[in-house]
Order: sequence, then C-alpha cells, then structure tokens
Amino acid sequence: AFLHPPPGVTQRELWFMRKLSPSKDMSLKHHKGNPQKLLEMNGHTAVPHSYDYDLIVIGGGSGGLAAAKEAAKYEKKVMVLDFVTPTPLGNSWGLGGTCVNVGCIPKKLMHQAALLGQALQDSRKFGWQFPEEVKHNWMTMTESVQNYIGSLNWGYRVALREKKVTYENAYGEFVQPHTVKATNKRGVEKLYTAERFLIATGERPRYLGIPGDKEYCISSDDLFSLPYCPGKTLVVGASYVALECAGFLAGLGLDVTVMVRSILLRGFDQDMANKIGEYMEEHGIKFIREFVPIKVEQIEEGTPGRLKVTAKSTKGNEVIGGEYNTVLLAIGRDACTRKIGLDKVGVKINEKTGKIPVNDMEQTNVPYIYAIGDILQDRLELTPVAIQAGRLLVQRLYGGATTKCDYVNVPTTVFTPLEYGACGYSEENAIQKFGEENIEVYHSHFWPLEWTVPSRDNNKCYAKIICNIRDNERVIGFHVLGPNAGEVTQGFAAAIKCGLTKEQLDSTIGIHPVCAEVFTTLSVTKRSG
Amino acid sequence: SAASPGAWRGAAARCRTRRGCAVQRKPEYDLLVIGGGSGGLACAKEAAQFGRKVAVLDYVEPSPPGTKWGLGGTCVNVGCIPKKLMHQAALLGSALKDAQILSLSALFLFHSCSSSLNVRLCCFLPNRKVKYFNVKGSFSDPHTIRGLTKGGKETILTAEKIVIATGGRPKYPIHVAGALEYGITSDDLFWLKESPGKTLVVGASYISLECAGFLTGIGLDTTVMMRSIPLRGFDQQMASLVTEYMESYGTKFLKKCIPTKVEKLESNRLQVTWKNTDSGTEETDSFDTVMWAVGRAPDTKALNLETVGVKTNSETGKIIVDAREATSVPHIYAVGDITEGRPELTPTAIAAGKLLAQRLFGQSSELMDYDNVPTTVFTPLEYGCVGLSEEKAVQCYGSDNIEVYHAYYKPLEFTVAERDATQCYMKMVCLREREQRILGLHFIGPNAGEVIQGFALGIKCGATYPQLMKTIGIHPTCAEEITKLHITKRSGLDATVTGC
Repeated sequence: AFLHPPPGVTQRELWFMRKLSPSKDMSLKHHKGNPQKLLEMNGHTAVPHSYDYDLIVIGGGSGGLAAAKEAAKYEKKVMVLDFVTPTPLGNSWGLGGTCVNVGCIPKKLMHQAALLGQALQDSRKFGWQFPEEVKHNWMTMTESVQNYIGSLNWGYRVALREKKVTYENAYGEFVQPHTVKATNKRGVEKLYTAERFLIATGERPRYLGIPGDKEYCISSDDLFSLPYCPGKTLVVGASYVALECAGFLAGLGLDVTVMVRSILLRGFDQDMANKIGEYMEEHGIKFIREFVPIKVEQIEEGTPGRLKVTAKSTKGNEVIGGEYNTVLLAIGRDACTRKIGLDKVGVKINEKTGKIPVNDMEQTNVPYIYAIGDILQDRLELTPVAIQAGRLLVQRLYGGATTKCDYVNVPTTVFTPLEYGACGYSEENAIQKFGEENIEVYHSHFWPLEWTVPSRDNNKCYAKIICNIRDNERVIGFHVLGPNAGEVTQGFAAAIKCGLTKEQLDSTIGIHPVCAEVFTTLSVTKRSG
Repeated sequence: SAASPGAWRGAAARCRTRRGCAVQRKPEYDLLVIGGGSGGLACAKEAAQFGRKVAVLDYVEPSPPGTKWGLGGTCVNVGCIPKKLMHQAALLGSALKDAQILSLSALFLFHSCSSSLNVRLCCFLPNRKVKYFNVKGSFSDPHTIRGLTKGGKETILTAEKIVIATGGRPKYPIHVAGALEYGITSDDLFWLKESPGKTLVVGASYISLECAGFLTGIGLDTTVMMRSIPLRGFDQQMASLVTEYMESYGTKFLKKCIPTKVEKLESNRLQVTWKNTDSGTEETDSFDTVMWAVGRAPDTKALNLETVGVKTNSETGKIIVDAREATSVPHIYAVGDITEGRPELTPTAIAAGKLLAQRLFGQSSELMDYDNVPTTVFTPLEYGCVGLSEEKAVQCYGSDNIEVYHAYYKPLEFTVAERDATQCYMKMVCLREREQRILGLHFIGPNAGEVIQGFALGIKCGATYPQLMKTIGIHPTCAEEITKLHITKRSGLDATVTGC
C-alpha cells in the first residue's frame, strides 16, 4: 500500500503509519503532506497548528451526511465516521442511519404494503375481480425493501465520494481534545484530528431490562429485515414507532396486540391519538392497556418461534401471560452519547436522558463540538429537522450565513393505518400556553370520496385546526387524520409559516374532490358542541 | 312557513291568474335559483340560512343518447365525483399490479363498478328549507320565471332576486357526420351499463384526458384524438409530461388529427374517419365507443335572457357578470360555469354562490376572489396547480424577472413497485426580485390535489421562496420535495432529486 511514502517521512514514521492503519491506502491519503501530525498524535507534545480535517462528523445518518456534503461544497476537508453496532440479534446495516435503514423508509414501504392490502379489498367494490385468496409474502416484501435500501446505501457512498468527503466505516469516539479514535469492524484503530466536530450519532431502541428481552425480543432495528414472517406479534409500547409497526403488521394480515403502559403517542395531540387507537382497535388490533412485560421466555425455537410473555398491571398486582411468535419492543429510544468519549473532551450531556444540550446554533458547551439530530435535548426527532439543522449549521460555519434552524411549526406525519398529519400546537399545549378562552378549535369529520364506494370507515377521518383568538385567529395548530395525511399537511405547514389565519383559510378555494379541501370549509367550533 | 310544495304551487297558480302581479305585489320568493348544481344549491342553502324564502329550479335535459339524472348538477352526477371514483378504480388497478395480482387474472367489471357508483350518486340529500321544483325555467319578465315540467305543466314563480346557475353541457362537433347519432359525452359515460370497450376520446381538455386515463386504467383499449395541444390554458410543460406519462401507461394518442365522420358498421362497431393534418392523409379505424370531449357550452337559449335584457358574450354564450356576480340586470345574478371568464370549477361556484347570498341577505360585502384558485387534474399521473403557468408568468413579468425552481423526483412507493417516475416533476414559478414571491406552483405525481391544497393557502398568504425553504419537510412524502426545491431552470443543472 505504501509504495510512495510522502516526502520527508522516515522509516520510523512509516512504521507508525502502518501500525495505525495497516490495511488501507486511505490512511496514506489522510496523512499525506502532514507527517508531523502523526508524530504529534503518537506522544509528541507539540500543539498541533493544523488538523487532519476541517470537520469530522460522527454518525452517517440523515443529519450527519447532509452536513458533511454541505461542508464539502465549501471545499472543506470533511470526514464521516459511521458504524452500526449490531443489534442483540446481530443485525446491522449500511450507511445512511436510522431513517433509511430501519426507520422512515422501510416503515413507509411496509405501510404501503398494508395499504395495498386495503386497496385489494376496495378494488372488488370498484369492479375488479380476481381469485378469492390473496396471500401476502413477507419474504418478497422484505427482500424488495432491503434491495431498495441497499441501493440507497450505495448511493450515499457514491455521493460522499463525488463530493470528496472521506468516509470510514468505523466507530468514532473522542480520546482527547480535537481528536477522535476510529475503530473499524476488525478492531483496527486510527486517530484523526479536526478543527471542528459534529456529533450526529442518533438513537437506538431501548430494551426493557427484564429477563429474556435481549435474547428473545426484536426491535424496529430487526423488524424490517426479519428473514421470516413474524406471525402473531406483541408490540410493546405506544410510541409512533409501536403504533406504525402494529398497524402495518395487522394490515398484512397478522394477529397483532399492542401492550401500552399508559397513554398513546405521548407528546402528540391526545384527541387525535385516541382516535388513532380507536381506529386500530376497530381494524382488529388488540390493545392491552396499563400493563408492562416483566419476563419473556422461549417456549419453542423457530422462525418464528414461540414466546411466553408475562406482564404485570401498572395499577395493581395482576399478572397476565400470553403466547406470541414475536415480541417487538418499541418503548423508546436512547441517544448514542454515552460511549463516544464525551467525558474526554468535556461535552455535557443530560445524565438522565443521555441527550446533549445545545444552544440555538447547535453548539455544545465545548465550542468546537456541535451536535444535531435525535441526540439533541428538547429538539424534534425527525429526519428533515436533522437535515435542515445540519445544512444550516454548515452554512453558518463556512458560508457566512446567519440563518438558524427554526424548530417551531415543524410538520410531521404518523403512518398508522389511519394516517395522522400535524403541525404546530396540540390542543392541550395550546390551552396550556394561551388559555382555553383564547383559543378556538374548529373541527370536522370527513369521509374520503374513495372510501364511499367500498362504504368503509365513515366518520373516521377528522380535521382540526387550533386558532389563537387574540391574534386574529391565527392558525397555531393543524391536525388531520385521513389518507395521505403527510401530503395534505405539508402545504398547510408552509402556509402556517406564512402566518395563516382562519379568515385566509376560509377564503381559499378548495380543490374538489380531495380530502384537503375540508380545511377550507371548517365552520364548527368545539366550543359550540 | 310550513306550507308544502303543493301549497306553494297553488299560490303560484293563483298568482298567474292576475296578470302582472309580480310588479304589483311582493314576489313570492326572496330568491329564486335556476339550476340545482353545486353553485346554485350553495347559494340557495346559504340564503335559506338567513331565513329567506328560497326556491331552486332544476331540470336535466336528457343527453342525445338519453342519459339523465337528478338534482345536484354536473359535479355530483356526471363530473368530479364519478370521474374521481372511476379514476380511483383505475388507481386500484395499479395497486393490483403493484401487489402482483393484476397479472394473475384480474378483470374489471364495468357494470359492477358503475352500479356501486350509482348507489353513491343517488344519495343526494336536499335541504328542507329550500323548495325544489323539477321544472325547466325561463324568464317571462325580470321577476317572473315560467317553469315547465317534463309533462309540459306550467308553473309561474316570482322572486325579488334571481340567480342563474345552469352550468354547461358537453358540446358535440358540428361538422362531423354521425357525431350526434353515434357518439356519447361525459354526460353518458358514467351511467353506461356496459363497458364502453375500445374507446376513442376526441379532445384534449382535462375531461378528455381524465376519461381516457381511467378507461386505460381499467384495461380498455383507449385512444385520444387531439387537434392541437393538450390541456390548453394549463402550463404546457406540465401538460406534455401528463400526456407523456399517459402514453407510457398505454393510452394511444392520435395527434394533429381531426375527425370527419362516424359511421355504424354492421358489426355495430363505429367506424371513425379522420384527417391527419400533419400528413394530410385520411385515416380510419373502428371503435366500440366514441366519446366527444371537445368542450362545454352553457345552455342559455332556453332561459329567454333577451326578454329581460341579460347580456351574454355572443361568442361563448356565457353570461357577463361584474365582480359582484351581477348581470346587466341589477337584481339578476349568475354564478358557476355559465359566467364569462370564470374558472369552471365546483368549489369556485360554491364559494361564489355562498358569498353572493351573504352579500344579498347578510351584512357582507366580501367579494369572491378568483385569483390563485388551485385545481387538480385526475389523469393517471395526477397534476395539481395553483397560480400562474410558466408561460403566463413570462408573459406578465418577462423571463428575466422570473425564477423557476424545479425537480424531478421519485415517490417512495414507486421504488419497490418499480413504477416509472420519469414524469414525476414539480416546479415553482417565482418573481426574481429579492422577495421572490411565488407566482405559481405545479406538481405532477400521486395525490397532487392533496399536495397542492395547503400550498395554495401559502400562496394566498403571499408566500415567498425563502419562506417555503424554511418550512421543514415531512419525511417521506412527495410534498416534502416542494420544500426542498433549489435548482433553477436558469442554472441548467440536473434537477433530478437523489436520496434523502
């Protein structure tokens, strides 16, 4: 590999280089022209006057990659370190982070598979005729989904290469100021220095900490590449991840139960959350409320095997048992911040949550270290937010820009069987902030035209907006339950950004016949009853 | 009053015996609406809300092949509603294909679709506060309408104010032999009992393309014959993407062709002859159904507008109205497709009708704003838009003063299903000056109408390009691509979206 050592590199230095990175040509490229660096990193005390990189990004998810590519646009020398610690069951994946590999992308595709199941039922009413028995093949679905993800992973690597961003599939952790250690799959360690760092390591699913959880349960990190149909499934948790997974599994025809400790979709508008729960129950998903698992045992090995779950009431001492083929844990996610050497460089984290507090410039308490994405304290855990924050941060660092990431009025959608789109305040938060007397809630049920012919789910779709009476009835919250909720919500989010008022909403002409037009004709207030 | 419709008719009859009663005593009704379509009904219901005495006259002249329907007008009976449902039937066909069932042996049964559609169409619920008369109305004097029932019985109705909302009906070509005898229009298509079979759709309006699209989607051999450009009035770049997709979807196009005659063959098929204006040659083919979608025209003749002096555009036959929807006769108004220069859209007719009633009977002075009306076309790949087309923007502001941001994108659900997304495209037309106010937004892709609706509001609120860029996307949706538009046409850079 070292056919052409850089000028001035001694045999001893070359040995160091080999020792540090024995396997790749890459290392030579990294240190080319700066052998001094190597000496410093290996015990020399001189203060480095320059670094290997302008920016090292730890974590190759949506946020980290967006920031890295943006920095490359300013001709900065950038490195991305990405490493996926395998799940307890041994699954890992390629470049791109949660969203692409084990989040938004596969879950929406599987949700789409479930919607197609519904479409098949509807289509008979619309005049289509086909053999009675239609089966879903789990393996065909996961293979197609994984192939698509594979193409994205590849696309990211190509994009980094094109933009001349150095990528290493290695675990990054701080070892001393301005320095990270990168450890690859084979345990080979390398040291890199940079002027600035961006932490974008994201989160991973939480485990219950009960007997049998890591041995027998799966998480969303495993579900989308599961090499067999999960069969009868218990989903533990009531987060959006839990409800989305439960929703599409049931939509594919599986027997699904959701075990909920307290409320559904904490943090979301509870009126909407409960309607989502009702709809799921009506569509055959069972809910066990106010119970938490205390033990998971294997009855039989297999693909899937059989598991016995013992759960205890959160209210008393009642203990119940149940048998499932698969137990999916979706009880929350933990920030990957405790094993990346933050203590070595003095970056503060919230000890309880593991999250990193940052200022409005995404800067940690250590000025040269920044953080974006799901690991931030009090910020939204959403792909587009991480991307936006990453890009804007880089534009401020290297482009002289001043625009900060605006975390207000960020729209989002939940791909439950009845999709949910939202932007702005939930009803309860609006009441808390402005007082009940100062907000007006307009709402309406609606029936999508496409659902009328198969005559299903009348009065299940729901539209709600929350207005601030004191501020010209400005729209401060937007909520919709119905098909394509995300597509519907996006434009309204843009309008809310432009200061949308109820009057403007009323004077906008609807598009006929679409679901979104319901928002242009909302006239009934909740107050009126 | 709790008087039954019968009692009202009685009153009208008594009134008729005394000539000229309309001018001597107070008219029976505060408002009389001629035409029970979306706009007319909205206006009538709104007026009734103000406690006014309101009547609606509705009468459907059967189409040449004899199709007729009930109250509710074009949108509900032979327009938006059935066409979106048929479009949905076609989309479900794509879903079956995605689910790899279509190839197995899926069949589309037209009659089973149309019968479930008709069940849905018959459930129109009238408003109890409004009187309905199933009569054909015409003016006998400025405050009096003479209504004729199907059986020829006469009813005389008088009103303080009159709203004309009789809409339009499909046109037949004038110089094509056999057009009227053998052709159908969109008035008939949705009520057919049997599959139309191999179909020729003549015209390049949105009606033509939508119908041809869903017929192709349910598996029929479908051809569109067009004289010049598709979707006149819409952004032409978008229009060609829409038709390009349709071609790849299986719809055949006969471009620059003009039909000359339609004959019935012994096999009962229809032989159509046309002239190819490009090559100058005459060509022919046979079809099971020929549908005309060559435009719509108002039916104002029967209204006897001349007697009361309501002015119409001599070319289009449409009624000329001012910003308050008033005709040349002050107490006579018009809303909807019959009015000159207005968009022919259900929601605009509804909004215009409602606002009119509010101005007439409420304290309102709010005028209908016809700018920035969003709309969507339910072609196989849907097209939604709001504001100016690129050519219109160039015409109004000059190409140096506008910036067009655009992107080709791939909907996530197309990837695994391996659907072609070559024509999934969006563009935003902005002013180029610092503020970069958005003039128009155009989107081709699934659920285009759902996507555009909210953005239409943003544009109503004066949205600028930087404001839109500050809006965070919803991942993964198609609509989020709009918030990420950054390639200008001017730059000439590749506008294909890659990755997240």
